[in-house]
Amino acid sequence: MIGLFYEDHRVGQAVAVGAHEFTREAIIAFARAYDPQPFHLDDAAGAASLYGSLCASGWHTASVCMRLIIDYRQAQRAAAAARGEPLPPLGLGAGVRDLRWPNPVRPGDVVAYSARIDAMRETRRPQWGIIGVHAIGVDQLGREVLAYSSQALVARRGD
Amino acid sequence: MDRLYFEDFPPGEIVEYGDAPVTAEAIVEFAKAFDPQPFHLDEEAARASMAGGLIASGWHTAAMLMRMNCDGFLNRSAGQGGPGVEALDWLKPVRPGDRLRTRRTTLSARPSRSRPALGVVAFLFEVLNQNAEIVMTQKNPVFFLRRAAGETPR
Repeated sequence: MIGLFYEDHRVGQAVAVGAHEFTREAIIAFARAYDPQPFHLDDAAGAASLYGSLCASGWHTASVCMRLIIDYRQAQRAAAAARGEPLPPLGLGAGVRDLRWPNPVRPGDVVAYSARIDAMRETRRPQWGIIGVHAIGVDQLGREVLAYSSQALVARRGD
Repeated sequence: MDRLYFEDFPPGEIVEYGDAPVTAEAIVEFAKAFDPQPFHLDEEAARASMAGGLIASGWHTAAMLMRMNCDGFLNRSAGQGGPGVEALDWLKPVRPGDRLRTRRTTLSARPSRSRPALGVVAFLFEVLNQNAEIVMTQKNPVFFLRRAAGETPR
């Protein structure tokens, strides 16, 4: 459980944000829209590729991670609102470093995602801090399929 | 059609391609699936946020770059995907009505040490809008088959 304001975060805090099954249909639909390379669209082309079978676009694997992080955040915001607590304004992401796809995600794989706070720093703007998050995705066999470090603005409580 | 192989990416080369119109519908569609925050979903909610109006998810912009890369050169290449991205920076918001294009700079090219059939080409991709502002940069390697090695990866 990680709080909503900058001051509620601590380096080293980690949360499991959820798991997601990648269906063949979703892998192909994402690829058709955003990443129509043959090994994301077609079994035969996947088998002939470096990956040995049809596999998900890495951007699909990463976008699902974003979705689960947002769902986790929004559940926290709803719980805080129900307790009558103030809600911080939402900040934007600044960028990502060292995004890696160490293993392919194939149809039927279930990826469990988690996020860890790995950096915090104040900015010149008193209302915002920057939180660094290291996110990973691990498949049902324990293989890492995604890892990245991101930085985003998080509102300060100011106390 | 001639396919592009590892040998076809000389370091220092700069190429521009892509003309991707950004619509509110596409921004909201991506956000509903992958990044359902108010400033990606709803113009009115977005105006009240730090975004100041509806903006595309940064992951959507990255996906749009991927699409421009597929249409611009990867899908007529012997590209074999990539291991990851060194750096991805969202520099300016992407809004409905923008038109995006890509400027690709080849930073380096080297044969793979572990897989002789492959070469690794490092690119810098800059995504520009219709005002020639850079909205996103991305630095990443891509694997390509080597011409000498033929089409089948080992």
